[in-house]
Amino acid sequence: MTLRTRMRRATVPAVLAAGALVVAGCSGAGGGGGTSDGGDGPVELTLATVNNPQMKDMEELKGEFEEAHPDITVNFVQMEENDLRDAVTKDIATGGGQYDIVTIGSYEVPIWAQNEWLTDLTEPLTSDAEYDVDDLFAPVKDVVSVDDSLYAVPFYGESSMLMYNKEILDEAGITLSDHPTWDEVADAAREVNSDDVTGICLRGKPGWGELFAPLTTVVQTFGGTWFDADWNAHVDDPEFNEAVQFYVDLVKDAGPADPVSTGFTECLNTMTQGKAAMWVDATVAAGMLEDPEASEVAGKMGYAHAPVKETEESGWLWSWNLAVPETTQNKDAAIEFVKWATSKEYHQLVGEELGWTRVPPGARQSTYEIPEYVEAAESFAPITQDIMLSVNPTQPGLYEQSWTGIQYVTIPEFQDLGNQVSQDLSDVFAGRSELGPVLERGQQLAQEAGDAQ
Amino acid sequence: MTAGRRSLAISRALLWPALIVAILLTQIPLVATLYYSFQEWNLLRPGQRGFVGFDNYAKVLSNGSFLSSLGNTVLVTGSAVVGATLLGLLFAVLLDRKFVGQSVARTLMITPFLVMPAAAALIWKWSILDFTYGMANWGLSLVGLPPVAWNTELPAATVIMVLIWQYTPFAMLILLAGLQSQPREVLEAAGVDGAGPFRTFTWITLPHLRQYVEITVLLATILLLQVFDPVAIMTNGTGGSKTLSYLLYERAFIGLEVGEAAAYGVMTVIVTIIVAMVALRTLFKVFSEEGLMNR
Repeated sequence: MTLRTRMRRATVPAVLAAGALVVAGCSGAGGGGGTSDGGDGPVELTLATVNNPQMKDMEELKGEFEEAHPDITVNFVQMEENDLRDAVTKDIATGGGQYDIVTIGSYEVPIWAQNEWLTDLTEPLTSDAEYDVDDLFAPVKDVVSVDDSLYAVPFYGESSMLMYNKEILDEAGITLSDHPTWDEVADAAREVNSDDVTGICLRGKPGWGELFAPLTTVVQTFGGTWFDADWNAHVDDPEFNEAVQFYVDLVKDAGPADPVSTGFTECLNTMTQGKAAMWVDATVAAGMLEDPEASEVAGKMGYAHAPVKETEESGWLWSWNLAVPETTQNKDAAIEFVKWATSKEYHQLVGEELGWTRVPPGARQSTYEIPEYVEAAESFAPITQDIMLSVNPTQPGLYEQSWTGIQYVTIPEFQDLGNQVSQDLSDVFAGRSELGPVLERGQQLAQEAGDAQ
Repeated sequence: MTAGRRSLAISRALLWPALIVAILLTQIPLVATLYYSFQEWNLLRPGQRGFVGFDNYAKVLSNGSFLSSLGNTVLVTGSAVVGATLLGLLFAVLLDRKFVGQSVARTLMITPFLVMPAAAALIWKWSILDFTYGMANWGLSLVGLPPVAWNTELPAATVIMVLIWQYTPFAMLILLAGLQSQPREVLEAAGVDGAGPFRTFTWITLPHLRQYVEITVLLATILLLQVFDPVAIMTNGTGGSKTLSYLLYERAFIGLEVGEAAAYGVMTVIVTIIVAMVALRTLFKVFSEEGLMNR
């Protein structure tokens, strides 16, 4: 056999192996769902949504909408959060036009609106007095608006707060005010931390939406920021460093034992089993902690505003919103459905059909005036409403911002930036590297992102 | 033209349609990847798309992630392949004898390979490696060792463990087939000549198994190079567990940098081809002339 044929024999498996690697890297989320026909006559809408319980409720109740609008049917495509983000981004960025309505997070709304991917909903919503657009929580409305135009409607919203197990804290003789400081909370956490009980559950799982949701709010209340108003990065500033060091130390002393595995779900588990004394996380968690069927601590919980240092408030702000992509062929029908699903009547409908604790929280102020809802959620509804109204997404920290948002920066590069820095921070949690060099690299990455603005 | 040559030409012609399909299916994605790798294209910045020459490649080479990921891939894949092959050999030898319940044992041994990778990673994350409730830490507590925060302290080792668990049955199956194809008379002759079990194993069985081991290592390497699920589900690419396929995923789906991700992909292909060619030509007997003659 000649050298050439031998070479060729060796190359075939090599190319196969290499090709397989490329395919592995490129495969990921797959979209799905039917198509919709334009023009008159019956309209079929495809709605891509994240698979959260509130969205499943919406699917359960869509029959009511279809009954009232006999010529419209709505098909739901439910996906896991990251898959949804991939599928919808790809569909809209490449002009696919597969989806008529999408649920998107508050981080994406301004970015997508600036790309002219979303339909301006201001006119159809404000012209309808019955819809009462001013009833939507003002801070949530702010994060889905660009230049005073609404590009999405909040379906439900959340902030973050301190949730604590009253039994454990009472036993240690600790009382917390409604507006605790981080120093008080850290002291309390270190005091009650033991082999059986985690002092405070805080997220450490890498990801801009996992670790950096709570951590960015800590950075802001310590006086730090990712960027100032001129897009200069401030990641290696002393305030940023102090905040992260504080967080890392607190996690090491009194936090979850395996921080890199710990995200929202893991903390929720620990908390519902009474294995953690405190937890700073999304306000929607309260509803799950107070569910007697799933939680051992229902009725034993206390709630307070997110802990602060230099600022008045440090809750984050997130909402899942319904938006209508510019690429849809059925704009009118889609807007009709969006209005229905975010209306006061829909909240009544959920309460009456499915139970009052399942009403989408944090979207409409009037929800917090429904007597049945207030009664069903009395331990956490008033404080949730209070927090939702007091957070300030236009300037959450000490720095002026040129974007609207609290725990994230609304630039396309932020997911990547937050993700990389949070991965490096896992090495700090594990003691494999020092904080200084990690933040120096973070500063470099952040400045690159800032320069692109 | 003789009849033989004509029939050869016909056979070749008949082969072409399949070959063309195969070429199209495998090479179109590669060509598309090459094209995208010369573009600047962030999905969220549709206005700034354009041809940028070798800029993406410069980025890939200048920031450290490619080389460190390459190192991680070699470490994770290498340790997992070696671990799975050694364990697979051990289990294959144990299963290659008659005992009661042999077929049940064999079926049970194969199960890890039948579990979907994502499901396997979730099982490991929640029921084995969980700090408080996991079986691993429970096992450690039985022998008086302190619990380990697996994903935080030993992310790369965690991924390697899951992979070894999953690919040991794969190695075992191939090696078991090898063991069972051993001619019994040779083994008997060795016994008659006075060789003990250990010498029989090292002097007769192992040389016989060489090609089977090579196949195992080669196939396992190809499969494990693509490893993604345990990294994405358990460690999120932290602490030395960021393999090339996870890096590609990150660039494409978190960074949304289509051009840069494509450049990473192309670099990966180039490196893999070089490594695979060198490895195949120097280490593996299976693909050498000698190996083919032996069949």
